[in-house]
Parts: sequence; structure tokens; C-alpha cells
Amino acid sequence: MTLTGELDAGAVLPVDERVIDVRDLRMRYGTKDVLDGVSFTARRGEVLALLGPNGAGKTTTIEILEGFRMRSAGQVSVLGLDPASGGEGWRARLGVVLQSWRDHGKWRVRELLQHLGTYYAPYSTAEIRKPWPVDELLDVVGLTPQAGQRVMRLSGGQRRRLDVAIGIVGRPELLFLDEPTTGFDPAARREFHDLVHRLTDVDETTILLTTHDLDEAEKLADRIVILNGGRIIADGSADELSRRVTGLTEVRWTRDGRRFIHSAQDATGFVRQLFLQYGEDIDDLEVRRNSLEDTYMKLVLDAEGGAR
Amino acid sequence: MISGLRTGLSRGVIELRQTLTTPVDLWTYLFPALILLGTIFFMRDADVPGTSFSLGASTLPGVLGMGLAFGGLMTVSQQLVVEREDGTLLRAKATPNGMSSYLLGKAVSVGGMTLVSLLLQLIPGALLVDGLHVGPLGWLTLVWLVPLAFLATMPIGAVLGSIFENPRNMAAAILPIFGLVAISGIFYPITSMPGWVQAIGQLFPMYWLGLGMRSVFLPDSMAAVELTHSWRHFETFGVLAVWVLLGLTLAPVVLRRMARRESGSAVAARRERAMATMGR
Ligand SMILES: Nc1ncnc2c1ncn2[C@@H]1O[C@H](COP(=O)(O)OP(=O)(O)OP(=O)(O)O)[C@@H](O)[C@H]1O
Ligand SMILES: [Mg+2]
Repeated sequence: MTLTGELDAGAVLPVDERVIDVRDLRMRYGTKDVLDGVSFTARRGEVLALLGPNGAGKTTTIEILEGFRMRSAGQVSVLGLDPASGGEGWRARLGVVLQSWRDHGKWRVRELLQHLGTYYAPYSTAEIRKPWPVDELLDVVGLTPQAGQRVMRLSGGQRRRLDVAIGIVGRPELLFLDEPTTGFDPAARREFHDLVHRLTDVDETTILLTTHDLDEAEKLADRIVILNGGRIIADGSADELSRRVTGLTEVRWTRDGRRFIHSAQDATGFVRQLFLQYGEDIDDLEVRRNSLEDTYMKLVLDAEGGAR
Repeated sequence: MISGLRTGLSRGVIELRQTLTTPVDLWTYLFPALILLGTIFFMRDADVPGTSFSLGASTLPGVLGMGLAFGGLMTVSQQLVVEREDGTLLRAKATPNGMSSYLLGKAVSVGGMTLVSLLLQLIPGALLVDGLHVGPLGWLTLVWLVPLAFLATMPIGAVLGSIFENPRNMAAAILPIFGLVAISGIFYPITSMPGWVQAIGQLFPMYWLGLGMRSVFLPDSMAAVELTHSWRHFETFGVLAVWVLLGLTLAPVVLRRMARRESGSAVAARRERAMATMGR
């Protein structure tokens, strides 16, 4: 089941509003097709989540868009340019947070952000002042207490926050986040979500992120693209996806102190029946629609089943 | 362009400051200096054969020349290999004008470190032995010789650092460099080598840097024990200039090719390989 193809991915958005425009992207290592005809677009200010199992091709896709890897075939346009030939001015409009970094261990946090910020100063414009002032940035990512610390002494989550800070120090128009929240504690995760909302609402930053945390994808993403085995198996908002997967809704309740669970096709009708039958005896009623996790699992299983 | 220059310079200065405030790094400067001073201390009563000039004093300047070559070739190549593995180069690639600033910064920081370790050897060394003296002509020589030394060796070092993926394979590059030390008249006079070895030695910058530094610090009478009994400044300049040209031609091509291949997965793969070898 393919929910989107090249045609309808292209038809939705006028060309000049596409910050990212990928058509029939292919990537082959040796004889293995890692990306096999991937097409999607992203609009300005949109948060697009790229989901998929390990090895689905998410990082490969992102690295091609960042201009770090040469594709085998297909058309790719990022901020109006082909990443394979984007110059330094193009690069200055992007922010990149890769899946893992260990660089600049000897540097101190503040010093590194300050230094990397200076690379963006020549690209500052009246609308977008670059770079982001360091103290404000440290505060935004919650690293003010570690400002004077050496990067190699940061904890895993702190290091990741620094990566995010470096990704946005140049106030990018388009931000790539490859698994940005690995190692974040719940509070840091919440703060990160606030930051993403701030970036998209205030600065109209377009964000392409990958994550294995489906709750996070549901909270952050305007649109979700699911990759599996190098192909897109779904593309739409979390709601749209869950509606397209004809799922059962879970109903839980207690009666006479006993717990019951039932999966219903038509939850409203089922609950109406339940009350007609037992009335006051029903307690602790819960009705759970398909979560993104259920939808995701179903889509991925279907796709794998179809391939077999 | 101008701002790229500025970010590169400030990068170099920051890295230099960091290394000078990191105890482990300081030890790597002090250690060779201590070995050298020990060697010179034991040589102090011996004379250069055929003269009454102290052997220790005549060895020290050559060793400084060797230090210049090591800084440009080995420090640059090692740092490139290490920083490719930890993702510093990929970060540079992700930043506008990051690559050129990175390289300029590396030249500044390695140049600075090399000069610091040179001074750590020269200052105590000069107190240990007699006869070192820098005249006006010597200062003039230093002014062209030191920058030329860096220009002749750093691009080649960068090429070596780009070719070798794995730090362990670097040994393949480092062993020949040590071999070069043996035939470049640094510790043993090149005049006592067979003619063909002399010819090979004179192809590489190491010999000429040693010779150049001896011409700076030793009295002119000591030129008598060199090949052709002269300091051969003209030839020194010529050979080093050829290496500068060679390096500046090769390095951009090789570096660009290396940079094009840098990606997150390349860094991750390298790291995994490193972990696997460590676990063994
Ligand atoms: N340089 C390479 N050479 C050969 N195969 C590669 C290379 N890089 C990636 N692959 C393969 O391409 C596939 C997709 O990898 P990719 O890193 O894009 O997956 P991913 O979706 O990001 O997975 P994860 O969730 O684990 O991060 C994998 O099967 C991987 O083994
Ligand atoms: Mg990945």
C-alpha cells in the first residue's frame, strides 16, 4: 500500500514554496538499493518527521539533502538549489544536527558556539540576523551552567543539546535533525519540543527530523513520512495516517471491580451499548484511538508483509 | 574571503591556547625536549671530528630543523586523521567556509606548536652547549627558512593525512619519515654516507632544513664539514620551493577529494572499525 506517489506529492505545493523537493531519489551501494524512488516535499515553516525502522534509509536521505553524499539518481532541490552543487551561501542557510558527533572535545562550550557563530556573520541580513547571540542560545538549550566546561566532559544529553545549539547558531531557514533527542531526559525533551515550536512559529524555520520516538513525532510533526526498505510507505499528518489505517479502537472499563478490555470497530456504538446494558455499574471508562505507534506498526508490518 | 581568513586565524589561536593549557599536550612537547637535552648533555665534551667544535652544539640546530619537518609532516597528518575520525572535519564541512578556515586554523596552530617546541629545545639547549650564535645573516635566513619550512611540509602532511583512513596505517607513512631522519645528516653527518644515500637524502626537505638551521646557529667555519663545504642557501631555497609547489599542487586536489567523501556514515563506520580493533 503506497499512500503517496510522485504525482500527488508534487501537486499539493506550488514549486516556489517547496523548501525541499525530492523526486524519485535513488541511492545504491554496490548492488543494494538503499533508496528506491523516494519523492516528497516540504513547505516553509513545516516540521516533517521522517520515520522508519533501523536501516530504512533515513540518514541516507538526510545526508543527501545536506549535500554530504552524492545520490545515484533522482532530482533533489533544497532551498532552490541542488545540494550536490550548493555553495557556501547556500550552506549558511542550513542547520545540521547529525546522528552522532564527538568533535571539538577540547573546546569549551561557550567558546565553540561563539567561534562557529562567526562563520555565519557575513551572511547576516536585515530579516535574519546571524549568528544567534551566544548567551541567549546557551539559555535556549539549557547549557548556561556548562558554558565554561570542556565539550568532552559533557554528559550524553548535554552533548546532544550542544549539537542542537550548533545546528541553530546560524539561524537556519532549514534545519536537519537526525535523531536529535537521543539521551535527553524528559525535561530536556520537553524543552526541546518547546524550542522546535519556537523555531517554526517565530522564525518560520523548516525542520526535517528523524526520530524513533513516535510520541515525539506526533507532538512535533505537521507531516509524517514513513520510509521502509528504501521506499515511502506513508505520507500525511498523524491524523490522516491513523484514519487511513482501519484500526480498532481500544475500550477499557471496570464493572463490579473487574477490568475489561475490548477492541471495537465502532467505539461510539460499542460504548452506547455498554451503558444501555450496565448503566451505573460502568466505571473508569477509557477510549483510546489508534496512537501513532499503532498506526506505524501496522503500516510497517503491512509493507513488509506485502514485500514478502 | 576576508572573514574566512579571520575565522581561520582565530581558530588557530584558540586551538593553540587549548593545547598550551592541556597537561597531556604539554608533556608531548616537553618529552622530546628532555630527550634531546639529555643527548646533547652527554655529547657536550665530544668534538665534531676534524674540528675543535662541540658535537652537541653542532647537533642541536639540525635537530631543530628536523622539528620543523616533523611539525609540518607528522603533526598535520596525524591531526587530520584524528579529526576526520572524531567528526571535526565533517563539522567544518557543515559550516559555511568551514573547510578553508579549518585548514588555515590547522596551519596556524601547528605552526605555533612547532615554534613553541622549538623554543623549548633551543633555550635550555643553548645554555648547555657553547658556540651557538645567530648573526644578522642568521636572522635573515630564519625569516625565509621557517615559513618556507612550513609551506614545504604542511601541504604534504595534509596529503598524507587525507590518504590514510585508519590511524594504524599511518605507521606506513611514519616509518619512512624516521628512515629519512637517519639519512638526512641530523645525528650522523651525511658526508659519511655512501653517495647514493646522500643523493636520496638531498631529495627531501629534512636534510635542507637541518642544513639551513645549522647555517643559522653555527659559525661559518663549520660549513667546511658539510657537503661541498658550503651552507648552500641557494640550493636550500630551491629544493624547498619545489616541495612547496608540489604540496600546493597536490594538496587542494587530494583534500577536496577527501572532503567530498566525508559524511556522517563515513565517520560512524570509521569509529566502528576503531572500536572493533580496540576490542580485539
Ligand atoms: N556507506 C555505505 N555503504 C554501504 N551501505 C550503506 C552505507 N551507508 C548506509 N548503508 C546502508 O544503507 C541502509 C540505510 O542506512 P541509513 O543509515 O540511511 O538507515 P537509517 O534509516 O538512518 O537507520 P537508523 O534508524 O539505524 O539510523 C542500511 O542498510 C545501511 O547498512
Ligand atoms: Mg540513521
